[in-house]
Amino acid sequence: ESSSHDTKTTSRIEKILIANRGEIACRIMRTAKRLGIRTVAVYSDADRDSLHVKSADEAVHIGPPPARLSYLNGSAIVEAAIRTGAQAVHPGYGFLSESSDFATLCEDKGLSFVGPPASAIRDMGDKSASKRIMGAAGVPLVPGYHGSEQDIELMKSEADKIGYPILIKPTHGGGGKGMRIVQSPNEFVDSFLGAQREAAASFGINTILLEKYITKPRHIEVQIFGDKHGNVLHLYERDCSVQRRHQKIIEEAPAPNVMNDFRSHLGQAAVSAAKAVGYHNAGTVEFIVDTVSGQFYFMEMNTRLQVEHPVTEMIVGQDLVEWQISVANGEPLPINQSQVPLLGHAFEARIYAENVPKGFLPATGVLHHYRPVPVSPTVRVDTGVEQGDTVSMHYDPMIAKLVVSGENRAAALVKLKNCLSKFQVAGVPTNINFLQKLADHRAFENGNVETHFIEHYKDDLFTDPNNLTRAKETYDNARFNATLVAACLCEKEHSAIKSSLPGTNGLLPIWYSHPPFRAHHQASCTMELEWENEYDGSSSKFFTFSITYQSDGNYLIETEEVNSPGLEVKATLLHDQDFRVETDGVSMDVSLSAYSKDKIKHIHLWHGSHHYHFRQKLELDLSDDNEIQQKTNFETASHPPGTVVAPMAGLVVKVLVTDGTKVEEGQPILVLEAMKMEHVVKAPFTGYVHGLQVTAGQQVSDSSPLFSVKISKTKGEEATVP
Amino acid sequence: AVSATSNPWRTSKSIHFLQKRDFCLGVLPDGVGRNSEAFAQNSKAMEGLISQLQSHINKVLAGGGEEAVKRNRKRNKLLPRERIDKLIDPGSSFLELSQLAGHELYGETLPSGGIITGIGPVHGRLCMFVANDPTVKGGTYYPITVKKHLRAQEIAAQCKLPCIYLVDSGGAFLPKQAEVFPDKDNFGRIFYNQAVMSAEGIPQIALVLGSCTAGGAYIPAMADESVMVKGNATIFLAGPPLVKAATGEEVSAEDLGGASVHCKTSGVSDYFAQDELHGLALGRNIIKNLHMAGKQGVMNGLHNLNPEYKEPLYDVKELRSIAPIDHKQAFDIRSVIARIVDGSEFDEFKKQYGTTLITGFARIFGQPVGILGNNGILFNESALKGAHFIELCTQRNIPLVFLQNITGFMVGSRSEANGIAKSGAKMVMAVSCAKVPKVTIMVGGSFGAGNYAMCGRAYSPNFLFLWPNAKISVMGGAQAASVLSQIETANKKKQGIQWTEEEQENFKSKITEAYEREGNCYYSTARLWDDGIIDPADTRKIIGFCISASLNRPLEDTKYGVFRM
Repeated sequence: ESSSHDTKTTSRIEKILIANRGEIACRIMRTAKRLGIRTVAVYSDADRDSLHVKSADEAVHIGPPPARLSYLNGSAIVEAAIRTGAQAVHPGYGFLSESSDFATLCEDKGLSFVGPPASAIRDMGDKSASKRIMGAAGVPLVPGYHGSEQDIELMKSEADKIGYPILIKPTHGGGGKGMRIVQSPNEFVDSFLGAQREAAASFGINTILLEKYITKPRHIEVQIFGDKHGNVLHLYERDCSVQRRHQKIIEEAPAPNVMNDFRSHLGQAAVSAAKAVGYHNAGTVEFIVDTVSGQFYFMEMNTRLQVEHPVTEMIVGQDLVEWQISVANGEPLPINQSQVPLLGHAFEARIYAENVPKGFLPATGVLHHYRPVPVSPTVRVDTGVEQGDTVSMHYDPMIAKLVVSGENRAAALVKLKNCLSKFQVAGVPTNINFLQKLADHRAFENGNVETHFIEHYKDDLFTDPNNLTRAKETYDNARFNATLVAACLCEKEHSAIKSSLPGTNGLLPIWYSHPPFRAHHQASCTMELEWENEYDGSSSKFFTFSITYQSDGNYLIETEEVNSPGLEVKATLLHDQDFRVETDGVSMDVSLSAYSKDKIKHIHLWHGSHHYHFRQKLELDLSDDNEIQQKTNFETASHPPGTVVAPMAGLVVKVLVTDGTKVEEGQPILVLEAMKMEHVVKAPFTGYVHGLQVTAGQQVSDSSPLFSVKISKTKGEEATVP
Repeated sequence: AVSATSNPWRTSKSIHFLQKRDFCLGVLPDGVGRNSEAFAQNSKAMEGLISQLQSHINKVLAGGGEEAVKRNRKRNKLLPRERIDKLIDPGSSFLELSQLAGHELYGETLPSGGIITGIGPVHGRLCMFVANDPTVKGGTYYPITVKKHLRAQEIAAQCKLPCIYLVDSGGAFLPKQAEVFPDKDNFGRIFYNQAVMSAEGIPQIALVLGSCTAGGAYIPAMADESVMVKGNATIFLAGPPLVKAATGEEVSAEDLGGASVHCKTSGVSDYFAQDELHGLALGRNIIKNLHMAGKQGVMNGLHNLNPEYKEPLYDVKELRSIAPIDHKQAFDIRSVIARIVDGSEFDEFKKQYGTTLITGFARIFGQPVGILGNNGILFNESALKGAHFIELCTQRNIPLVFLQNITGFMVGSRSEANGIAKSGAKMVMAVSCAKVPKVTIMVGGSFGAGNYAMCGRAYSPNFLFLWPNAKISVMGGAQAASVLSQIETANKKKQGIQWTEEEQENFKSKITEAYEREGNCYYSTARLWDDGIIDPADTRKIIGFCISASLNRPLEDTKYGVFRM
């Protein structure tokens, strides 16, 4: 009775503030909206027009772009919640999601923090404390010796107890200095002493710790969920072994090549871990699994909803955000452990704006073209951006999470590969091609995942520019696809012009009928495309095509290269950016996106599992024009040669060089402002600046001498002009 | 039977029936026996003519020869057709005129008469292009070059098309100055036309892409707007050698009349282009900014245009198999019409009267047209019917299409007594005065006064094209030979000279040969008696282009002179 009475009086969440941005903010809002809960977004200056702001019922500005001044500014966020009357705050992942202080602040201000209790966050936040708690709760830890006694004999016996191979590691420092992997007991002493010496030299402290070395580790984590009534259950595990720069890029659930016994052991251990800290809401217990011995050890617990939670949602058919909200509302978990279904297999691929060949460095830029795959019950795309958005330097460069599920791993993998090949992003470099290679790798297909996967198979995953056969093949493919691009561009241009015709001359459209008419010959044009080799930036290549409009409407496309016969291509514009192209009896779908940036036209083609990027120089650079006009205007007969006069009356805004400086031809010397326009006055030729006396803020009259440029440095010498 | 009142389908059925009748009434039959021997022979003969035509065309498309083309490329200059390709809207059509002008006209070859002319759209606006070919005799003006330039201007003036002159010419060809310089329709007329057209609001744009010397300098100078390309373009009344001879001043071509001088100092030119591509882009921009210039009250073909037109029911390529090479063999012009007009629908006017002239209404690409086609010699009735039909079309502002295959008016005492001259005069009067767009296609013979009545060159049709089998002369070669030999025999008789059968035959065959040569379509097109020879399969398309260009002007009322009754 009393509990039902409690539920009635406890105010349920009717409005929620999401203290995050990007895809996770959008994803949380989606569930909230489905539940009839109104949503409040917070945003920094950089996110004013972001999708998460547009998706929310209300949005509150919380600060400038840097995260520490906005998304990490707990008090501003709490204030926003109070201002808008939200009863709860969902922290998402990252930012303040694992800040016990923020959780406490929320609760103190009467806001419900949609997450675990602050105490659990604190306990699990401290790595060594968490290990202590877990050890006490009987959760397996990586065997090791962390004692302060450093006697060599004792250490050796500890090592024997742990079992070889052993990892010897200084307690202080990092970067792999002093680290040794010891394979057998007879190597121990030498390695130990070496490590001590190196540690002393590098860090001044020679304390050493011992840990079991796991040769082929896997990163497996268990999704757990608890309510405020003491119930905790697990929702199976996820394998997140495939990582780069210590960040996961492909996750899956359940973990491949895992027996059911092992699965339930792992699950039980995770539930025990959560119970040990009085956990409620969503959490993840991470384990390292030794694939050789089959042992698993506790690593850490993440006290938040994780990036990769959708793979779990896919295989258990539940909405974890909905669970989070109902737990925050004080409700019990909707099902018990035995009711948790296991529905097939799911993958998540994280699509990042990043530069794969440059060591996965984050990339920034505008998403000139963004077309994720269409969603379905088995394909899900969590994204926080739209076409035209900017991936900024301020935040994580993740563009989207692609989540697919299937009856089993093999079926899901087929879908993943297909979706990756159809996931279209242009404007910023992405890891899509790399993800495709990963997903396509036989070891990955077999489920032989481990944390060193990318390192291990790097020869297969990265293109070796020295592999000439491969390079030739790639080049030939690029040339073929460039041919398709040429045909599609002609077709597109044609349809664009036709649709933009003024509607006045009734017969005008016949001039644009296809193919264009020429008297007794065929119309033709040339096109130059520069191929941007995604995996070998240094080897961009130019293709020059001559395109002839055939009488049947096909394009005959020929290159200047010898031994490459022309190709006849038929291109049909299906709609907007999709074409059906036919050549040599085979027809296929391709998508084409083109945008202009910095006087370069970028053209992207998606064809089958390939994506190509071509560049085309936009025809004209008119900048010289002005310069020439200026030059003549500046030089007037009444002044000595080399004298530069004010092109108009105006205000000197900036003086960029000092008198006597050596300047290059065309180098800006000073900036004038007149008629609300800034005008850069440049050096007419290379030489030394003489007589520069104007200063910023000074008004000059039309044609008054500003300075002169002379070949010689000193005034005494005769000035000569070229 | 179902009672009429209770059947709900009846009304819709009758409507359907009516619509069907509307559509089917004028549909022409196929009219071509594909399996006949004549079909095969005609196809083969036409194939031969077309391939001969193509080989002539291929030669002129190569311009002034490999060396000259190479030299042109070295200067970063495009060939004239490439320049036009860059100016017209991407992927749009270009109706080139008189490609074979100058063909075997002079001792030396003069591909396309040294100048490329034609019509194409720029930013959706049809323009007349006149492009010198610098690879042909340095782009100098031979008499035929001048004639072709003037013809392009004539069309532009008639159709009110903005003119774009792509100037790259050394001026008049001096050895032939007597035929180039002094007369009314000589070099000077170019500038006169520019002035008059500009006055009428027809934009005159010059893109100076190469030299532009002496008289040629007036082309940009007389233009409304002009562009010059740095390095390549020069404009001066006298080049450096002449200047040195005249004044002793030594100056480079660039300093004398380069783009800098004229864009910055003299003001002869308005736009400074960094290179040729830039210059052509500026040219496109100028057209973009024309706005309403020369467009007041444009008719624009809006009248009664059906945007949802149908293609002809029969293959247009079969137009290559209809006309017999032997002009003595007749063919039904309706089978040509059936392959030109929308849906092969042709509503014939006065079908049973004056049956040697076919007249009727149809549409081409949705645009209503009135068609006159020959099905034999013009008789009294045919001529009267023609005049009547032209009057109908002018009243209704319907453009006229003439399909010429005519040996002439009927001769003989009966015909003369019936007043054939009077009837013919009526038709000539009607053709002359008709102010609607007129397009003439010679699909066979064009002899005698039939040429006049069917809107030959002298009757200023907006456009006139030939099929490769066309023949034009005052009468047939055999008839002429016969007439002349009769006169000659009479003359000789007066002088008391007898000539042998053989001498007579010799005399005749010389005349027949001359007529054969001069009546040939190449002889005509080389001299610009027409606007070009076309592939019969392109007829529909080209009539469409011609009418489209012709409708680019305001409507004009037709007023006739005195009809002799």
